[in-house]
Amino acid sequence: MELEDIIKDENIVFKKTKLLNDKPLSYCPGCGHGTVHRILMETIEELGIDEETIGIAPVGCAVMAYEFMEIDMQEAAHGRAPALATGIKRVYPNKYVFTYQGDGDLAAIGTAETMHCCNRGENILIIFINNGIYGMTGGQMAPTTLEGAKTSTSPYGRDVSTMGYPIRITELIAQLPAVRYVTRQSVHTPAAVRKAKAAIRKAFEYQSEGKQGTCFIEFLSNCNSGWKMTPAQANKWMEENTFKYYVPGDIKDNFKLLKNPIIE
Amino acid sequence: MAKVRGAVVIDKEKCKGCGLCVDACKFQVLQLSQNVNLKGYTPAFMANAENCTGCTNCATICPDAVITVYRVKENN
Repeated sequence: MELEDIIKDENIVFKKTKLLNDKPLSYCPGCGHGTVHRILMETIEELGIDEETIGIAPVGCAVMAYEFMEIDMQEAAHGRAPALATGIKRVYPNKYVFTYQGDGDLAAIGTAETMHCCNRGENILIIFINNGIYGMTGGQMAPTTLEGAKTSTSPYGRDVSTMGYPIRITELIAQLPAVRYVTRQSVHTPAAVRKAKAAIRKAFEYQSEGKQGTCFIEFLSNCNSGWKMTPAQANKWMEENTFKYYVPGDIKDNFKLLKNPIIE
Repeated sequence: MAKVRGAVVIDKEKCKGCGLCVDACKFQVLQLSQNVNLKGYTPAFMANAENCTGCTNCATICPDAVITVYRVKENN
């Protein structure tokens, strides 16, 4: 069988979702942001809720997210995406609302907004991309940077005596009683991507039930430019180092805290 | 026995040559090209097309969604 016989429209098993437009993504080669964009849009397309979904773009690497996603989007001030999402969800309670935030946006400047939004149990989905560095501004140390990691503002490695410990914001949020679903996923292998997609789907299904309760999904992502590695090396490094501190898996489901090695 | 044959089509100009699909492929179908595209990246291409089973692993990991996967069942 020749390639021409295989490459026919009726044989397609995977193609780019129509909710991502043809503009080339502005991310570095191999960046996890692109993968998360894709699985998010695929899930929305599969659920058929593209007309009823409103996304909030952050400030950071994903600041141009509204350029690529063919759904209604709104740009928030730095860190204020949960506040904006609260407003939108209260005006349009039947719409699906999600925020898409990085670690500088959610875990640094926007910590207060995020915490209080989750504490009020707004019925939204918060997507948190954790790559442990400020990627867009040139690889500075973020609150989530691992201990000992070298960045442009911690050239000798992060010293916890002066710079504090990396913040596990996802575990903190899981403690709040109004939060319904908290999970930590990654997008470094095809298997992980499929699991991550299932988590997004679950969060949107929870949101459709209309009950109060915030859903929070953390995605561990590489930042190969910031970490000064190739994409494949960065994914391997993440598996060996990041996963020890930020353990992937479900942390809270349906208001119930699950067994978690860090909490215990 | 029916054999599954697959093929991928990579948008050469949009591929950024990150190489994640090359690592994700279990059958060593994909390789990075020696030639550069208009943006200066070395895009992936099907080097061993006959090994492809259309498993969609490469398309699942691709951050830029440039891969389209085709699959057919071939009857011997």
